[in-house]
Amino acid sequence: MATKVVMEALSPTMEEGRLVTWLKKEGDAVSTGDPLAEVETDKAIMELVARADGVLRRILVTEGQTVDVATLIAVIAGADEDISGIVGEPVASEAPQPASTAAAPVTAAAEPEPQDTGTTERRIKASPLARKLAGEKGIDLANVRGSGPAGRIIKKDLESVGTAAFTAPASPVGESEDVPLTMIRKTIARRLASSLGPIPHFFLTTTVDMENVAQARAGLNAAGEGKISFNDIIVKVVSMALSKHRACNAWWQEDHIRYFTEVHMSIAVAIEDGLITPVVRNANLKSLRDISAETKELVARAQQRKLAPEEYTGGTFSLSNLGMFGIDEFTAIINPPEAGIIAVGAIAEEPVAFNGEIVVRKRMKLTMSCDHRVIDGATGATFLQTVKLMLENPLAIVW
Amino acid sequence: MSKTFDVIIVGGGPAGYVCAIRCGQLGLKTAVIEKEKLGGVCVNVGCIPTKALLHGAHIANLVKKSSKYGVIVGEVQLDFGVAIKNSRQISEQNSKGVGFLMKKNKVTVVTGIGHIKTGKKVVVGGETYTATRAIVVATGSSVKGIPAIGLEINKTTVISSDEALFLTEAPATLAVVGGGAVGTEFADIFNAFGSAVTLIEALPRILPLEDSECSSTVARSFKKRKIDVLQGATVKKADVGETSVTLEIEINGKMKTVVADKVLMAAGRKTNTENLSAAGIEIDQRGFVKVDANLQTTSPGVYCIGDVAGPPMLAHKGSREGVFVAEVIAGKTPHTIKYDNIPSVTYCSPEVASIGLSEDACKEQGIDYKVGKFALSANGRARATDETEGFVKIIRDPKYGEILGAHIVAAHASEMIHELTVARENEYTVEEIELAVHAHPTLSEAIAEAALDSLDRVLHT
Repeated sequence: MATKVVMEALSPTMEEGRLVTWLKKEGDAVSTGDPLAEVETDKAIMELVARADGVLRRILVTEGQTVDVATLIAVIAGADEDISGIVGEPVASEAPQPASTAAAPVTAAAEPEPQDTGTTERRIKASPLARKLAGEKGIDLANVRGSGPAGRIIKKDLESVGTAAFTAPASPVGESEDVPLTMIRKTIARRLASSLGPIPHFFLTTTVDMENVAQARAGLNAAGEGKISFNDIIVKVVSMALSKHRACNAWWQEDHIRYFTEVHMSIAVAIEDGLITPVVRNANLKSLRDISAETKELVARAQQRKLAPEEYTGGTFSLSNLGMFGIDEFTAIINPPEAGIIAVGAIAEEPVAFNGEIVVRKRMKLTMSCDHRVIDGATGATFLQTVKLMLENPLAIVW
Repeated sequence: MSKTFDVIIVGGGPAGYVCAIRCGQLGLKTAVIEKEKLGGVCVNVGCIPTKALLHGAHIANLVKKSSKYGVIVGEVQLDFGVAIKNSRQISEQNSKGVGFLMKKNKVTVVTGIGHIKTGKKVVVGGETYTATRAIVVATGSSVKGIPAIGLEINKTTVISSDEALFLTEAPATLAVVGGGAVGTEFADIFNAFGSAVTLIEALPRILPLEDSECSSTVARSFKKRKIDVLQGATVKKADVGETSVTLEIEINGKMKTVVADKVLMAAGRKTNTENLSAAGIEIDQRGFVKVDANLQTTSPGVYCIGDVAGPPMLAHKGSREGVFVAEVIAGKTPHTIKYDNIPSVTYCSPEVASIGLSEDACKEQGIDYKVGKFALSANGRARATDETEGFVKIIRDPKYGEILGAHIVAAHASEMIHELTVARENEYTVEEIELAVHAHPTLSEAIAEAALDSLDRVLHT
């Protein structure tokens, strides 16, 4: 029986995929589970596998082409099976013929037909009332995210959509280059624009004395059992502090707030052409050594874009560290639906008043961005106070 | 028997037992603690037995005029005791049915009063039960009197629905204090079984939560059946005797005396919050348990559903909350309950059913609206079955046709309202209602006609 090969949603947020390489060609025999193609999702390059046994009879999407999830991209069928019903060719071109001649028209018709794939219009699920409102206000429902059953667009979803007409700014004179957006850049744009715009951010900054952490770390690393980074210590401390401040370990869910008991730390990692946030699960419960090993491994695979979706989703709070670039302090954009993110600056020696004397000490600035719908000023401040206290007294890790 | 469960539900009424079924379906080890009978007020002394009695009342009223339809019966005798016995049997069967559903879903039923303690523990008669995941408070509500004016429920001359549902005969004279859903239903029942009924409502109209046109239609129907409807009437003083009660009532500044064999108190219910304080569960000023958007109380891991969790005090609202909370506890993300789309029904004759905003509510909230209305006197089915009292009224947004509210007074309004409930749930506008072909002849055609009327295109008037 003929089986349709469709663009699968290979990550939870994937809406379209770019076909990078076909790993099989037309006429190849395939078995269930065989990799058919490499597909670039919004976050990674992943393999699309065969869901049936047979022959890859027809490829309908060329390499480099981007199609919506669920679009038909190939057909697997028996070597002599009639697949005209699936690819939509005139029946005459593949009318049942003696087996020996049947192969010819198939090969002849192998040219992919772009109109089969490119123009497939996705049906938009929207309530009649939402359609009327959108028509009146000139809102394109294709750009609206539905919150009703199975993603249906309802009245509420239109309330936050702006109606101001978009006018493109005049391009500055001089040389410029228009670079098409990669899938990951599109995702970053969509997710971050959905962050700073609708989320009422506020920011809290504190300076942490890192002298004690530096000493403790030097001691640990001198033991020669693998290097612990400052970032590992910050991951551990922030996670432990979150377990004491559940109010900051939460997701904004539009009509409710979801507070978590478990702490899953999203760590922003720069990768080629973008960033991704691998998640260290239950970071508050793990040892420094485990956090260090796990982070190294996740970062390495993130840079190869080999993370599975469950490895970069489901975090409850985020950390972003630009200290290694010599950035003293910065504000990070919240990674929704999480309610907070801490931006970690560089550790630098500074003259400070300490015990009545001016001395040089290692100092670091932490800036927390808070979603005010979830976290109030004092709530964020007491949490950050715990983080500071624990970093300045690193023995707190073993409380 | 093991005393540890994933979920312990305190209260086996329509909120609690439905929550238990859903918990069972989701694979949670569940216990329900019920102080009396499974099914709670709804099954035992509320929704179900009153519907059985109203059915008797309906037949009584029908038989009185049956010769008109060619059915000639002899002398009609009414026996309220038999009607009560029938209603009790139905309640017993339904309560057993709930017991069967508990077994089917592997829910443990514990009989006794549950006292909730900290640490997700519930003490029942000296035994301590522990929940590992959550406790659900579904303790419901109870009848109440008005002791301040001398109308404390004494269960003989001043009674509540709890006693009315066990009377062996209808009193010769009955005063019903409170003209909400409960009061009007009992006024209807006792009137049909021969009592001289006075229905007393303090607000300017009976069924004060419904659209005012619904109230006046029912009041008119009641007056036709010789129910004395006193609206805007305040009981100032009650003289409670051994065999009768004398009520001093003020209406429009004038005093009136009503003497009745029994007074039925139907002026609101009180929440059952007696055994909750030990667990750190906070109660608000109106007596409802404070809950967040997930129906979790101020005590983490303790949820609250049904009457005790807040208005409206309706079985179907409690049941939905039960399903919602079960799914929250199981780690699912259920759809938010739309509290503005819960139908409200009064089963008196004619029935009153509504959803969404009334005209008065639109006016108060400054919402622009347009009304479409269709009287049942112009509906073929209603004329054929001699049930022409009532109307369908749809209140719509003038611009987009959004259904802001719908109000039905009709013999079967309770069954008709759901077309509009589904419409509102799915954000259908009056146009989709009208576009759907309605079978002829049905009372529901009046809904399509009301939608058409709101579009200025009504056909049959």
